[in-house]
This record gives sequence, C-alpha cells and structure tokens, in this order.
Amino acid sequence: MNILRILDKLSNDKFFTGEATRSQTLSSIADFGKKAAVAAVPLGLAGMMSSPAHAETTTSSSAVFKTALTDALQLALTLEYLEDEYYAMARGKAGLIPASDRAIFDQISKHESAHVAFLKTTLTALGTAPATKPNFDFTAGGAFAPMDDYQTFLILAQAFEDTGVRAYKGQAGNVMSNKDVLTAALQIHSVEARHASEVRRLRGQKGWIELANGGNMPSATNPVYAGEGETVQAGFNTATTFGAAAGSAAYDEILTGDQAKAIAGLFIKP
Amino acid sequence: MKKTISVSSSSATLDTNRRNFLKLSGVGLAIAGLALVGCNDDDLIINPGGNVFDLGTGDVGVLNYAYALEQLEADFYTKVVNNFYSGISNDERTVLTDLYNHEVIHRDFFKAAITGAAPNAILPTLEFQYPGVNFSNRASVLATAKALEDTGVAAYNGAGKYITNPAYLVLAGKIVSVEARHASAIRDLINPKSADFSGDDIVTAMNGLDAAKEPKDIVAAAGPFIKTPFTWKERGI
Repeated sequence: MNILRILDKLSNDKFFTGEATRSQTLSSIADFGKKAAVAAVPLGLAGMMSSPAHAETTTSSSAVFKTALTDALQLALTLEYLEDEYYAMARGKAGLIPASDRAIFDQISKHESAHVAFLKTTLTALGTAPATKPNFDFTAGGAFAPMDDYQTFLILAQAFEDTGVRAYKGQAGNVMSNKDVLTAALQIHSVEARHASEVRRLRGQKGWIELANGGNMPSATNPVYAGEGETVQAGFNTATTFGAAAGSAAYDEILTGDQAKAIAGLFIKP
Repeated sequence: MKKTISVSSSSATLDTNRRNFLKLSGVGLAIAGLALVGCNDDDLIINPGGNVFDLGTGDVGVLNYAYALEQLEADFYTKVVNNFYSGISNDERTVLTDLYNHEVIHRDFFKAAITGAAPNAILPTLEFQYPGVNFSNRASVLATAKALEDTGVAAYNGAGKYITNPAYLVLAGKIVSVEARHASAIRDLINPKSADFSGDDIVTAMNGLDAAKEPKDIVAAAGPFIKTPFTWKERGI
C-alpha cells in the first residue's frame, strides 16, 4: 500500500474517532442508568452493585454506594473540575492569553469540560452521585498570581496537566475491573499527556519529563515531579543506553490517590 | 536456482532470517521431490505459508504486540537520526533524537521483560519497510512520525483491557502517556500554535477521549510497514 494511502488511513477522522470512541464507553456506560437496564449491565458492574435497585437510581443520593472504582472516578472528576475552571477563568481574563496561543487553550479547555461531563455521566451510570465542584483558589493562598501573569498561568497549567497524567495512571489498578471504564480512563489519560506536552513546549521545555525536574518550575511544584527520575522499570535499567535523562523521560510515573489529592488540595479553599 | 521448502511442524522455532533456515529445530521438512544437488543455502526459501510466529495468548500476547510496535518505532527513528532531513531545525533535531532514544529504550525494555517472563515465546526481530517515505523530506518524516505515534497511543489504549496483570497495566500506562507526549510534539512541529497537538481528528470533541483501537485494526493499519508476517490468533489476527 502506498505510504500516502497508509498515512491517509491513519489520519482519517473516521479511523481514529469513529467506531472505537463513539460506540463504546459513554453510551454503553450511560445505558446502565436507564430504568430497564439491570439485565443489560455487564457482569463486571452487576457484581459490584449491592442491589439491583442501584442500577435504576440515577438521581437519589447514592453516595453510600462507593468502591475503589468510583473513588478513582471521583478523584479524576475533582482534577477535571480544577482544570476546567482554571482554563475557563483564564480564557475569560482579558489580556492574559496572547492571541497566538488562544487556539491551544480553547482546545484544552474544550477537552477538560468534556471530561467533566463524561465523568459525571459515568459516575451516575454506576449509581454514584458525582462529587460536587470544590471552591478553587488558584493563587494557592496567595503564592501565585496565574490570572495576572501569563508565564505563571503556564507554570500552573503545566503542573496541573503533568499531575493529571500521573494521577490517572495511579488509578489504573482501581478501574481495571470494568473494561469500559478502564479504556475510557486510558483515553482521557493520553489526552492529558498531549496537553502537558504542548504546555511544556510553550514554556520552552521538552514535552517529556527528564529526571525529577519539572523544567524551570518553582519549588512549590516539586511534589508534581517527585519520583520522575526513576530509571529502573521492572528490573530493567532504562539509563544504560542513553543516560538517565532519556531513560527517565521514556516513562511517566504514577501518583497515588493521596499524593494527587494533596497537590489538588493546595488549590481548594478549605 | 530457487527451491521451496514447506515447513510441516507447528512446533518449530522459526528463525526469520532466511540464511539461518538450516538452524530450524524440531521441524520436519517436506521437500516435495526437488533435487538439492547443486543448490547452495542461500537459494532455499522458507514458504511463508508454513510457520508464522504467533504473538501468543494472555498477557504475553499483549506484551509481544507492544514489542512489535516499539520495534517499528525504534527502527523508524533509527533511520531518521542516522540521516536527518535537510533543513532540520535544532528543536526538530532534539525532538527526533529524544523520540529515537525513548523508542529504543521501550523496545529494549520489552525484549528484556518478555525474555524474562516467557523466553520461548518472544517475538523475533521483525523486518520493516517504508514504502513511499522520503527520509530526506521533512514533511514525509514528520507525517510518518505522527502516524506512528498516534497509532501507538491508540494501540495501547485499546489493548489495556486485555491485560490481566496489574503490574503490566501500570507499565503500559507509563509508556502510553509518553507516546502521547511524542504525538503532541510532532503535531506541534507540523502545525504550531494550532489545536492540532490534540486535534479533533484524534481526540473526539464530544467527550474529550483519545483514540483507542482494537489490535486487529492497528495491525491492519501498520501492516504495510511490517515485512515479517506474524499472527495473533487470540485477537483474530
């Protein structure tokens, strides 16, 4: 096959965004919320529900129904609320984002809003009330002025995106019992990585994280990058061939739920 | 003159290097009435319709699948960095060198991991081809890099659900986000200051989800780059 046809196929809208994303995840998970859907719930979810009535409950306060899976999704939702509000606020601030960069942040913002909606629908379909949006303080108690200075805005944007990648990755084990949720989580996780790479490059940094260095980032963001200098993966030394920077950059590390919450917590009003 | 040997035993260890066909072990060779007198080794060709490597079952199959794709990326970027296209910028040179580094590391990682976990079931070194790719042309190289990175992301995203060992899932997760960073950077090089780094062609606008493709679709799409045939019967390939 001619390379242009190969590349055409691979870059064809329908190939990538057609069947795989449309037919699964949202619609198949959302189906669970419908009244008659108990019988339609795949085994994985049915096994997790304490009574069939949960499948039909979309509006009651089912906060008592929680598992490691729903906790993972609530954490993800909290981080998405944070990013969504952050970008909405920035885009609404006249004079903050230069015209040349607006298309980039319009796209990122669009995705974060979509992620919030998707996670809320997913949690509801799983019979759990989605967490409500926290009150955010993007100054972190006066430490930053991201809405007044574009470079500061970029610093925190990078921190949020790199945190998001690590946080989703850390929850993979908690969501792997539900194949649809796992796949969707992976599909959001890689988008955050695309975002992170772009924001880093806007700041004149590499799109990937070398050693445990955020790349000209303030020390307050150290928790976002702690552990990223790892150069042993499943016993394999990744630094041997090209050195520690390349070896550590070839792998992104997880953050535990507690670590992710601690970082997000800096920006949530008590 | 060429002779064809039909390989008849399915338990054979297949060495894809045709020069080494005589080293096949445990294989019953059925030579259909052909005289070998006067032929030398290099003239004998393995019938590809005989034994083709299968990626395997369960987690080993998924690891071999990832290994195959990392082999392809490593091979591609090796060619790129060994002869950079004319007019390459410093940023592009740095990016492509980093991508070369990372993919070689990924490839070597999978080779080590699978050798450790299943030494008799590891995918051999594949041969690749790049029909129509002009390695001395910036647009051609970047377009191919973009396709390979996006394909890698979609492949990992679609294969995650087939992994049963949580440790393997985390390892795959550690790699896929880096592939996504790569894809984003390449797309940014192609069309800077645009939404393309995370464009609507690859991230569904409605839900913000990246592509996730079944192994069958990925192998079909990447197939033209891969000269060495293989199967993955568990996944219908």
